[in-house]
Amino acid sequence: MTRVVTLKIDDIDATGREDETVLEVAIEHGIQIPRLCALEGLTPVGACRLCLVEVAGSSKLLPACTTYVTEGMVVTTNSERLKKYRRMTIELLFTEGNHVCSVCVVNGRCELQNLAIRLGVDHMRIPYLYPKRIVDASHERFALDPNRCVLCTRCVRVCGEIEGAHTWDLMSRGIDSAVITDLNMPWGDSETCTACGKCVQVCPTGALFEKGMAVGEMTKRASFLATLTASREDGR
Amino acid sequence: MASDAVGALPDENGKQRLIVLENAGMIDPEDIESYMAVGGYATFNDVLQSMTPPEVIDQIRNSGLRGRGGAGYPAGLKWSTVGKALGAQKYVVCNGDEGDPGAFMDRSIMEADPHRVLEGMMIAAYAVGASQGYLYVRAEYPLAIKRLKHAIKQAEKHGLLGHNISGTPFSLSLQVRLGAGAFVCGEETALLASIEGRRGQPRPRPPYPAESGLWGCPTLINNVETYANVVPILREGAEWFAGIGTERSKGTKVFALSGRIARTGLIEVPMGITLREIIYDIGGGIPDGRKFKAVQTGGPSGGCIPAAHIDTPVDYESLKQVGSMMGSGGMIVMDDSSCMVDVAKYFLEFCMTESCGKCVPCRVGTAQMHGLLEKICEGEATLDDLEMLEELCDMVTNTSLCGLGQAAPNAVVTTLHFFRDEYMAHIVDKTCPAHVCPVSRKEAVQ
Ligand SMILES: Cc1cc2nc3c(=O)[nH]c(=O)nc-3n(C[C@H](O)[C@H](O)[C@H](O)COP(=O)(O)O)c2cc1C
Ligand code: SF4
Ligand code: SF4
Ligand code: SF4
Ligand code: FES
Repeated sequence: MTRVVTLKIDDIDATGREDETVLEVAIEHGIQIPRLCALEGLTPVGACRLCLVEVAGSSKLLPACTTYVTEGMVVTTNSERLKKYRRMTIELLFTEGNHVCSVCVVNGRCELQNLAIRLGVDHMRIPYLYPKRIVDASHERFALDPNRCVLCTRCVRVCGEIEGAHTWDLMSRGIDSAVITDLNMPWGDSETCTACGKCVQVCPTGALFEKGMAVGEMTKRASFLATLTASREDGR
Repeated sequence: MASDAVGALPDENGKQRLIVLENAGMIDPEDIESYMAVGGYATFNDVLQSMTPPEVIDQIRNSGLRGRGGAGYPAGLKWSTVGKALGAQKYVVCNGDEGDPGAFMDRSIMEADPHRVLEGMMIAAYAVGASQGYLYVRAEYPLAIKRLKHAIKQAEKHGLLGHNISGTPFSLSLQVRLGAGAFVCGEETALLASIEGRRGQPRPRPPYPAESGLWGCPTLINNVETYANVVPILREGAEWFAGIGTERSKGTKVFALSGRIARTGLIEVPMGITLREIIYDIGGGIPDGRKFKAVQTGGPSGGCIPAAHIDTPVDYESLKQVGSMMGSGGMIVMDDSSCMVDVAKYFLEFCMTESCGKCVPCRVGTAQMHGLLEKICEGEATLDDLEMLEELCDMVTNTSLCGLGQAAPNAVVTTLHFFRDEYMAHIVDKTCPAHVCPVSRKEAVQ
């Protein structure tokens, strides 16, 4: 039996089930914790570190997306310290890739861009790394522009966990890490890709997009995921 | 006899104490009989015949043994957590990844006395109720791998591994698993992912492996040297072991002494010995009449301890207090020919290239920090750059997912703390006092 617990998130009295994460319970109570790698319906991985929160009694900051609620927990989601770290995380992401928003298909509808605006990141205090990354437009319907990839691995997870194709994975490590299709073959040559487009819809940035979209034209529709997982649960 | 294995440096003035390395170089590591001739496997048999698992765990707890893989977590507490965890299937894992540059403590133990490691794991498996175990060893250690595999075969032949060992209900099978040499695969959750055949990337803890490890089952993971301490503890008793070392750090620690020091090599010393005793009495001091400057402990995650703290006792808490850590046993001595900014850059670069790339602060933060350090070494940095470097140190330490990122800034933080003047010399005066960095070559041209 999963128990229901009560906790405090930013001075709000909240209730949640033991099998819910701090992030899920916060959202249920109208508190939007910044996040990039977490997406309802996918296994949380705690990779982007944007959702870090302070939990009373813990000396370490904990990712809200992988931390389960407990009875009497006291959570702070928006201290000055957390805001500072989040702004720095966004700066690191912008300087890691090559983000030219003015020519991007998701300009105005990008999760990274929205976070930057929300957190007040309007200029970079650290140098751009200008990596050389090559666009893969070999797929009939979709394209990958790795310059805009934040390595959230949503595409990897949705493809493996939901579609069951496991076309996407990661290669290399550190700053050279990159998402790849199959064994780093052109996406268009992939034998496993079913062209379902789930990865494109869950990608928070303009890294994965539908071909033929003009600047700012692409709206991602990730809500199918929650519906899909819910109906699969019902079918069980 | 195949005793080409490395033993400890000669103990000229009685400062060393050999427990873990007691057999190293004394027995033939490829012959189980040779190990048995010095009492090998007698402890395991005694334990199996006359002790209950909780009694074994009590002995380990009372001995005060702490993990030798880095963090110093109490071994008895971990064993009892795994012992109490619910689950029909449990695992024991030996961490023999040893990724620290210049470290060879665990390699020496595995090569010189492989049965000692196996016997420790067998006792651990009996204590926690595991029936399957893995030794995760980096592929760069072919001799250690060969000897461990050979030792497992011999132990199987002697009925020390397998079903219903010595007619008891206890069964255990051990296997060697090879790592591809990524430093991060020494981190326990990445190591377990690697054993499972997945990409070696850490995951957030909790849940800890003790509760949910290999394939979601309770898993005991300890370091090679931790397991190597198990036999002497049960053979001589917990009180005996607890009598060695300091209040909170019991027993001995093996170190790989290297750098600018007269005698380099493996040493085993009781906890509480001072850095001075190690460097001067055992290591013979600094050669070529140069001045001792700093000693780096704790591997890439550790820090640089300056001459002013040379009387620091070697124990988990004291090393932490001066900004470094025990780590797995690397000890690099530096003299006045080293530039501390350059040293910090070296360790940071190691962490940067070994970052698994999963989380943003470690993946990008270390790369940005490295860029700033290069700028400092080139003599092109400003005080604003230094401020940004310090901001990144704080951010990467506090927001990274695993110990690699959390500790990556340590070399920078400790050198900034103890040798800030050297950073200033590079930034403000545009000189490298040790004449190591590119900035000093520019100076020469002018
Ligand atoms: C980046 C990183 C690398 C590590 N490498 C090793 C290693 O090579 N060997 C090791 O025993 N422990 C290593 N550890 C520590 C392990 O995660 C784990 O704490 C240890 O194996 C537990 O054993 P112990 O309690 O006996 O020390 C590493 C930790 C981190 C964060
Ligand atoms: S993905 Fe596109 S819109 Fe988003 S930040 Fe990058 S360039 Fe800008
Ligand atoms: S391609 Fe998109 S979904 Fe995939 S890792 Fe990059 S940013 Fe995330
Ligand atoms: S801290 Fe570094 S090594 Fe650890 S998970 Fe993050 S990127 Fe990987
Ligand atoms: S959303 Fe929690 S770490 Fe990315």
